[in-house]
Amino acid sequence: MNPATPIVTGDAAAEARATTNQLGMWVFLTTEILLFGGMFVVYSLYRGVYPAAFRQGGQTMDFWLGTLNTAVLLTSSLFMAVADRAVRANRRRQVTACLLVTILLGLAFLGIKSYEYHAKYAAHLVPGSRFRAGGGRAPQLQIFLFLYFAMTGLHAVHMIGGVAAVSWLLALNVRGRLSPARAEPVTMVGLYWHFVDCIWVFLYPLFYLVGR
Amino acid sequence: MRSRSARPFSPPLSLVFGALLTLLALSAASSFLPPAGWKTIAGLAIAAVKTGLIALFFMRLKWQRGLIRVVAAAGIFWLALLATLLSADYFMRGRW
Repeated sequence: MNPATPIVTGDAAAEARATTNQLGMWVFLTTEILLFGGMFVVYSLYRGVYPAAFRQGGQTMDFWLGTLNTAVLLTSSLFMAVADRAVRANRRRQVTACLLVTILLGLAFLGIKSYEYHAKYAAHLVPGSRFRAGGGRAPQLQIFLFLYFAMTGLHAVHMIGGVAAVSWLLALNVRGRLSPARAEPVTMVGLYWHFVDCIWVFLYPLFYLVGR
Repeated sequence: MRSRSARPFSPPLSLVFGALLTLLALSAASSFLPPAGWKTIAGLAIAAVKTGLIALFFMRLKWQRGLIRVVAAAGIFWLALLATLLSADYFMRGRW
């Protein structure tokens, strides 16, 4: 007997495979919780030490763009979740449309983020020798802005990965490689996408609302 | 008697999305109130509820088997441990 031949076949095998896949993804997401979590803990400790500088730092944030970006990400998650249901219902055109909207919203998020980064750069708010803000509190303010760039930057890198993964799903769907029996890739990428959304949900109050 | 195979409560995704946007509006609106210590707590509490909705309905934890729920909870548990021990170290050494 070929050792690659599965011992269990049919529905039971498919269900076991799905559980294994999702378990693997959740274990990966657990490591991601700790990756971002470490930074959230550093943020909390420094905010406890320098509350005034963090409030001042919060006032350099663009509240409306941050709020808009949160709405953009929440909407992208909705479309990702609808795509997951659509692939299981074998609605291929709906899957294509939802994945496309998810990609566009992801790119819109990254566009708004780039605009914000550029505005910070132009206002000399990037930590380093060109930093011009805060007066006597400049060192503490730089800690806040360093955390802002590190945490939203790491998040943005995850977004770029997410957009690439959803684009791969779109290519699979266009070539007819997704079906109710082969819906797992959508669920896997969806879990990742929603997780990255959750990280932003916490970044929003910590950076955009702290100065208000 | 309710059959075991009865589908569990499954709200339409649009309802979950509506709740998420309402919570975002609530969070954003709170920032227009005068500064107060509770606003940070409120902002984080709203973020936690939003994450709960996303995890339960978009990430389908509500319908997952126990093993996957345990793994998801383990992530939160390790993070709590990390935060607790790090804070303990910080407070034991006194202010910088």
